[in-house]
Amino acid sequence: MNGTARHILIVGAGHAGGVAAATLRQAGFAGAVTLIGSEPYPPHERPPLSKELLAGAIPVEKTFLKPLAFYAENGIAFRPGETATAIDRAARRVELANGETVPYDLLLLTTGARARRLALPGADDRRVVYLRDIRDSLALRERLTGGPRIVVVGAGFIGLEAAAVARKRGAAVTVVEVQPAPLQRVCPTEIGDFMAALHRRNGVELRTGVALTAIEPDGDAVVLRTADGNAIAADVVLAGIGAQPNIELAQAAGLAVEDGVVTDEFGRTNDPHVFAAGDVTRHYNPLLGRKLRLEAWQNAQNQAIAVAKVMAGGDQPYAEVPWFWTDQYDVNLQIAGAPERWGTLVWRGGTGDKAFTVFGIEDGRPVAAITMNNGRDMRPARELIARRRTVDLARLADPKVKLQDLARES
Amino acid sequence: MAEENWVSVAKRSAINPGDVLGVRLGEREIALYNLDGEIYATDNLCTHAFALLSQGWLDGETIECPLHGGRFEVKTGKGLGPPINDDLKTYPVRVIGDDVQIRFE
Ligand SMILES: Cc1cc2nc3c(=O)[nH]c(=O)nc-3n(C[C@H](O)[C@H](O)[C@H](O)COP(=O)(O)OP(=O)(O)OC[C@H]3O[C@@H](n4cnc5c(N)ncnc54)[C@H](O)[C@@H]3O)c2cc1C
Ligand code: FES
Repeated sequence: MNGTARHILIVGAGHAGGVAAATLRQAGFAGAVTLIGSEPYPPHERPPLSKELLAGAIPVEKTFLKPLAFYAENGIAFRPGETATAIDRAARRVELANGETVPYDLLLLTTGARARRLALPGADDRRVVYLRDIRDSLALRERLTGGPRIVVVGAGFIGLEAAAVARKRGAAVTVVEVQPAPLQRVCPTEIGDFMAALHRRNGVELRTGVALTAIEPDGDAVVLRTADGNAIAADVVLAGIGAQPNIELAQAAGLAVEDGVVTDEFGRTNDPHVFAAGDVTRHYNPLLGRKLRLEAWQNAQNQAIAVAKVMAGGDQPYAEVPWFWTDQYDVNLQIAGAPERWGTLVWRGGTGDKAFTVFGIEDGRPVAAITMNNGRDMRPARELIARRRTVDLARLADPKVKLQDLARES
Repeated sequence: MAEENWVSVAKRSAINPGDVLGVRLGEREIALYNLDGEIYATDNLCTHAFALLSQGWLDGETIECPLHGGRFEVKTGKGLGPPINDDLKTYPVRVIGDDVQIRFE
């Protein structure tokens, strides 16, 4: 289908864009590859940005997917610091902020997502910061020295990871969350409560069910006003209230967009010359039988691989059980399945144990799973979810029954 | 190789086929694998971040890290793609009676 493409242009040089460029070459694509990205850095992974990089435990280069030289060595024209401003689909070319136009035979959009901005009076204060890219991480690391008071707005993954690092670096940390427990969007309440207890044990002041109304400057600091009439003082405010996909280019070009660039399981948009991968996509997952948008390392990595192979002439869809991890203090939590509902929970071990695994069950079928310091269960758990078959719930709850045996027999 | 470079690290009978066992030798964390009766040894620490591979998933001749799913070839220590950039160190193994011994340089 795409055997005749001579020039593949990739817009967005983050995780998915970098992986796609490398995969095109691995898959034997012999035409020209151009990789354009706004950031000054080569393609890199973001998970360390709220963990090891923020903690100062690794240098920036450790986040890079490949050393900078890799791109030239593999005939990939990598252009950091360049931003695409428009797609002319009829003429098949992309305009850059510097006025240049770049033609393409096939276009891959890997523009990712950006941190959602806090919509509060006073939120434009310079002490209100976000955590999406390397510069954000390095700047926040700087601000964490000297034991400041940091308020994290939003008890999502990035906010909680940053809270954990900030505690380790000696900051006084308050987390403000409007929901009754952390991670409500993606986890059952029991897990949210477990994570809440973890943070409180580590000295975080976690305030749930609290809405903010305004941020006011107060000398060298700011004061956050809450709907219940309280005030919280902060030297730094980290807003971790989610991400929004960078869809503007696609939207302006008339591509199908639904909170994400709409693609099928091959990464194809409604224009046969335009593909998309990573955080920016709302893609069809044949295993789940629905479209979804993910913000996860696995999706950035493996969807990009699958779509690049299709662009190089392959025909295999991207069909994996969604998978995500977070590292906070000494806890590694992994989540598989991205369910719409958690349904009935089946536990192997409990939240009082050193490790546990819990399944979400719908109609007798495992649809999701969480492991806590129990990564060994993740492989068979994902297999059980992918099978979409009913399992014997009594056996699933029996820690003496091996998950891999269940995965094999069900 | 001098005889004294071989160090006993575990009992052969403690590692069943298809199992991986983590052992600690001073500062070193070593993983011992039983692949169809043959014992292999690698560093136990994943080269990506801080995880013990012995808590991971041994799939044929591949060990999968429990933390972020990175994979290595047990026999060679070769990293099998992202997020792994660096290979894993492997060690020569010999079995004397029920004694598993490995050799450090
Ligand atoms: C702090 C943080 C921690 C995370 N931790 C985890 C974790 O522990 N586990 C996990 O599974 N996932 C984690 N994630 C999620 C994971 O990192 C993302 O899903 C992944 O980075 C998405 O990759 P992407 O390439 O789709 O988007 P991005 O990595 O966001 O890359 C998009 C790139 O496109 C560029 N771009 C956008 N528009 C344009 C344009 N018009 N022209 C040129 N360039 C453009 C952007 O500058 C950016 O560099 C984390 C994310 C963050 C931010
Ligand atoms: S620590 Fe092993 S894959 Fe990350």
